[in-house]
Amino acid sequence: METARPTHLDAALDALDADPDATILAGGTDLMVSVNYHALRPASVVGIRRVVELQEWEGRFIGAGVTYTRMEHGPIPALAQAARTVGSSQIRNAGTLGGNLGTASPAGDALPVLAALDAKIVLRSKGGERTLRWDEFITGPKRNALQPGELIVGARLPESIPPRQAFAKLGIRNAMVIAITSCCLFREEDGTTTIALGSVGPTPIRAHRAEEMISGEADPSPAAIAEFGRLVAQEVSPIDDHRSTAAYRRHASGVLARRLLERVLTR
Amino acid sequence: MTTITRPDRIDRGVGADPIRPDAPPKLRGEFAYSSDLHAEGMLWGATVRSPHAHARIVSIDVAPALSMAGVHAALTIDDVSGSRVFGLEHPDQPVLGDGEVRYWGEAVAVVAAEERETARLAAAAIEVTYESLVPLTDPEDAERIGSTFRTIEIVNGDEDARGEVVVEGYYEVGQQDQAPLGTESGLAIPDGEGGVDLHISTQWLHADHGQVVAALGLRPDQVRLHIAGIGGAFGSREDLSLQIHLCLLALYTGRPVKMVYDRAESFVGHVHRHPARMWYRHEADRDGTLRRVEARILLDGGAYASTSAAVLANACYFAVGPYQCESVVVHGAAARTNNPPAGAMRGFGAVQPCFGYEAQMDRLAETLGMDPVELRLTNALETGDHLPTTGQLIEGSLPTRRVIESLRDMPMLDTTSGDPRRLPGGTGLTTPPSSVRRGIGFAVGIKNLAFSEGFDDYAEARVTLTPEGLEIHTAAAEVGQGMVTVLEQIARTATGIESVRVVWNDTSRIGSAGSTSASRQTQMTGGAVLAACESVVAEALRRADADGIDNQGAWRDGDLVMTLPELLAEGPIEHLERFRHPQTELPDEHGRGKIHAGYAVAAHRAVVDVDPDLGLVRVVRVDTAQDVGRALNPASVIGQIEGGILQGVGLAIMEEIVLDDGVMKNASFTDYLLPTILDAPDVEAILIEEPDHWGPFGAKGVGEPPTISSTAAVAAAIRHATGKPLTRVPVRPEDIVGL
Amino acid sequence: MIRFTVNGAERTADPVGPESLLTTLRDRLGLYGSKDACEQGECGSCSVLLDGELVCSCLVMTADTDGSAVVTVEGIADGDTLHRVQQAMAEGGAVQCGFCTPGIVVAAAHLFEAHPDPSEEDLREALAGNICRCTGYGAIVRALGALSERAE
Repeated sequence: METARPTHLDAALDALDADPDATILAGGTDLMVSVNYHALRPASVVGIRRVVELQEWEGRFIGAGVTYTRMEHGPIPALAQAARTVGSSQIRNAGTLGGNLGTASPAGDALPVLAALDAKIVLRSKGGERTLRWDEFITGPKRNALQPGELIVGARLPESIPPRQAFAKLGIRNAMVIAITSCCLFREEDGTTTIALGSVGPTPIRAHRAEEMISGEADPSPAAIAEFGRLVAQEVSPIDDHRSTAAYRRHASGVLARRLLERVLTR
Repeated sequence: MTTITRPDRIDRGVGADPIRPDAPPKLRGEFAYSSDLHAEGMLWGATVRSPHAHARIVSIDVAPALSMAGVHAALTIDDVSGSRVFGLEHPDQPVLGDGEVRYWGEAVAVVAAEERETARLAAAAIEVTYESLVPLTDPEDAERIGSTFRTIEIVNGDEDARGEVVVEGYYEVGQQDQAPLGTESGLAIPDGEGGVDLHISTQWLHADHGQVVAALGLRPDQVRLHIAGIGGAFGSREDLSLQIHLCLLALYTGRPVKMVYDRAESFVGHVHRHPARMWYRHEADRDGTLRRVEARILLDGGAYASTSAAVLANACYFAVGPYQCESVVVHGAAARTNNPPAGAMRGFGAVQPCFGYEAQMDRLAETLGMDPVELRLTNALETGDHLPTTGQLIEGSLPTRRVIESLRDMPMLDTTSGDPRRLPGGTGLTTPPSSVRRGIGFAVGIKNLAFSEGFDDYAEARVTLTPEGLEIHTAAAEVGQGMVTVLEQIARTATGIESVRVVWNDTSRIGSAGSTSASRQTQMTGGAVLAACESVVAEALRRADADGIDNQGAWRDGDLVMTLPELLAEGPIEHLERFRHPQTELPDEHGRGKIHAGYAVAAHRAVVDVDPDLGLVRVVRVDTAQDVGRALNPASVIGQIEGGILQGVGLAIMEEIVLDDGVMKNASFTDYLLPTILDAPDVEAILIEEPDHWGPFGAKGVGEPPTISSTAAVAAAIRHATGKPLTRVPVRPEDIVGL
Repeated sequence: MIRFTVNGAERTADPVGPESLLTTLRDRLGLYGSKDACEQGECGSCSVLLDGELVCSCLVMTADTDGSAVVTVEGIADGDTLHRVQQAMAEGGAVQCGFCTPGIVVAAAHLFEAHPDPSEEDLREALAGNICRCTGYGAIVRALGALSERAE
């Protein structure tokens, strides 16, 4: 097995350009499960955890190599709350934002935060850079728009992030759970609200109709908050699986949405 | 019991908490578990398993595996020269798929290769052609067509007894997995003379030995089983997993062979707890006296017999619980299906009915307008009473009332903390404090100790006194419970000799210690060690014409008359003891008889915080009072209690094997959820010590009682918090929310 | 060929393909202390320190560890002297079957290095990635909690 361990982005992109089929390895928390259990045997690996540019967290740009531990102690509360719920400290020390995006699981814990912020995903190859909105990058369950030879460089968040923000993740036990439903909400002072949910659709879901309704409410009444929850529950598309049922996930979406809104309003 | 005169009270004897002798190597990472073993020239084994829950094997082509470089063997059932079937109670399970596979994951072929990766590839290369058959997966269908391992009918008491108040209910217990952290693993080393040494994690060395010898078609002395370090058991290691396979490969290749199951394979590589469906009818008088209990209990035994017969027996005999009852009718069946085999798991059939009968008792209490604890006290089964199902006289201690009252009277510690990590949902931040409802639940359970129904249950131990001190020789399996420490403590107290060590003997050096299960080893191997020590002391006193011994030697009238080396100048003093418990018998046709060797009772009080809108549960506390006879090592007893309670919590709210047409959908720790440290409740335990009628110093087994009623108590607490009937465990968020 | 240090000693390894650091430690380097209870990052029994960070060695690809420093359970004690985490667990009855023990030793030793005064909840959260099936965690929390500078 060929292994490249570049320390700079140029070298990483060169390696991927030379070998577009190479498997990209960052923290390994998803990849190595496939190695250990699904007989994944790549012919070549480009290990990118040492690439310095990917470690950057500059203003609103979060490098793909930033770990959940750093996000957990970082300056964005909703992202910190989301990162704290990921796995265990062992997982958080290794798993990265880029990994969450690369795997593009509907249950990816940081993804509702990126979705609620309309984050842009920055991709680069030897041929150049392109930026996709998160929902152009994540195209389906565990599918993304990454091209051969391309690397996720990071996520660019909007310059202005509302201080009213909240995240919640629902699981059956209190650590190391794949979300049954997760939810992230931001609300600006003028009432503009965004809400994104995970594990209730093939990709993270933005509840646009609910957002529109509640954004028009400068001082939401209990009835408006309840309506918000109902609209969110209508807009998600959960499925039945061995972890939970569609009906429960739909119900939980509404409850979490309502509670997150209440949480940000009481500040 | 012999009274021994000795000058000083012994340190680190019975009643103390000495550091266990295997703690330092375990803490250093130097303790050799069966998965850590290795030998020069070792090959790796791997197993081919059925992807079908039920299928005919049309053909197996091992040629593609054998043609790979580094592959030394690819074996099927036709390579088995001895018995083609094995089984703990009934030999009905093929060593390897024999014409038909009957559960998803059943072993069909095994390979051995130079590298672990090569073995994996070789196993994948073997071509098995199946003709898929329709799997029988519903235990009710199975019972209807007579596909059962055992049925039991119990009728006892006054058939005409009726109560003024009637409560009926239907209850289900899902399938729990033992999930020991150490997976199935072992190393087999051929001796070059047609025999083999097997180093293995198991609960019962000699039971494994018998089945391996039969399958290999060898003489017993040609096969020696050695106990390797064990990473937990909880019932999963009572049946064979890879023992025969390893020996087959080692003998065929002439090389040592090691096999380690990964976690996914481990899920199919061992039996699981029996899922249960129970129909109950309780009748009582207005004062709460139980007049009649009718129960129909259906267990799903899966594809092969394993210990289903004995588990069903327990479920039926304990169908009423630790209560007197005038009239009992129980119908029980263990169904044979194409689901993965069920067998022993801590609690061994007493857990499932407890969920049912305690739910019934709570409903009775509510119907009667009676305090639930008072209802238990009204009917509590005590020494001198008769078990209502079998009619057996309770001869040993059974302080049920004292257990219940002690727990009832235990002050409820206030563990409300402002920390959000203590709320339902934890760091998931799903639940504001205003959304929390607290509930309290109380449950009592009973378990038998040691083996029953006339089984010749014994344990051998040999104690040898040398100038260096005492050696305890046993084939008993130390699975983590702390038996190794307790045996040393018993020997110290019995002899006054400080220097004691346990020596693990293989099957060629000593007879069976019986299974490490049924909460029996402290009483059984402990009993054997105590008796052997007493014989050794008696012989030492005779040799020295003394009235006491200790580390320094033999004493007479306060004077040291011989040092230990002098005492042993003519040779070590040794005694082999085969210890048996009071005899038991098979039931008559009505399920009656002296079935059990002894009993223990425990009660649990659970406090839960529930988020009713999301159905999330945080188990805050589970307090307990347990009937322990005598706590020989209090720290170890607490360890068994806290560990058992958490397994009960797991069954209550998160642990279940999910099957779809006989196929496991969650054979991994990602989706079979074990409680983490953030899910663990606080536990306060009261140890009730009323000595049992047999066993060392009156001690009772303590491993299983913590699992019997802890699940029921947590379920009761969730019902209290939510008002929902919740007739199934594990309770899921959907059940609480009502979706 | 990978060159790294393991418990302070220079070692080399020839991992086969993408094999995990856990496999390399156990099957190539004879360091069996790190355990293989799940090999999925769901139990923590394989916990090691990789360049000072607590990780699951089953999720680390050895081929990617060239130049790194690895600390395993075998490197926690100081020769014959147990680390205080190990001593506390021995005295506190916090070891039963012991399969989870190496992972907990590494995680706890690392925790106290960085945070000498964790609250009980901090301690629990730090060990949330270490599954124990035997003890119910009670003795573990009592033994390790007593080491916190916050403890009375």
